[in-house]
Amino acid sequence: MNRRRRTLLAWAGGTAAAAGLIPLRASAANWNKPGFEAKASNDAIKNLGAANLIESKEITITAPDIAENGAVVPVAVTSRIPNTQSISIVAEKNPFPLAATFDMANGAEPYASVRIKMGQTSHVRAVVKAADGRFYTASKEVKVTVGGCG
Amino acid sequence: MSEPMRIRATVQGDVADVRILMRHPMETGQRKDAKGEIVPVHFIQNVVVTHNGRTVVDAQWSQAVSRDPFLGLRVKGAKAGDKIAVTWTDNKGDKRTDEATIVAAS
Repeated sequence: MNRRRRTLLAWAGGTAAAAGLIPLRASAANWNKPGFEAKASNDAIKNLGAANLIESKEITITAPDIAENGAVVPVAVTSRIPNTQSISIVAEKNPFPLAATFDMANGAEPYASVRIKMGQTSHVRAVVKAADGRFYTASKEVKVTVGGCG
Repeated sequence: MSEPMRIRATVQGDVADVRILMRHPMETGQRKDAKGEIVPVHFIQNVVVTHNGRTVVDAQWSQAVSRDPFLGLRVKGAKAGDKIAVTWTDNKGDKRTDEATIVAAS
């Protein structure tokens, strides 16, 4: 219990200053380094290639209203936007907001479910890229009760 | 050596529900160990899922994905007996591939 709490506090307390001291070693070829290293969610979203985001009700984000353990927050995104090419998940107040990008092809349904870490209460934003090059978005607030974990 | 993934793929109609559980520390690079030293960042950056050899999902992850990651996906045009293979690559260049056969949902 203590260990988990410390882990969580370390993550929550990891400010941008601390984060800046630890460069990521990106070895993978297909990895959006500028997007993942962006510290502001706007910059992260720009690095997805999205200049304008269109708010859409055709995106469903399934996540808890209150997450008692910020180390494990289940987030699932379903898009009903035709020809969805990719789904990205952005935890807006994380030290590095962009958490994941999923590129779909060859029959993959526009759906992805993962578990992410969240340092604090924040909006979780889904960014969907459609084949026409447009970007659509929706968000949901997740309250993280850091002190209540374990 | 990395531990094997657990992959469960069940098909209902022609849509396969794929659930993957990976074993990985997913260190953020912000956590300190018992000695107060920062644990180096170590996380899965890429996950590629194939259906009968064709890539269906190509994912890029940050260190914000939880330890021992779970990934849920759905693949259309699938049938029992088809193969689902998953490969992850982490920021240290370690890789692991595991495969499962799609079964009919009970």
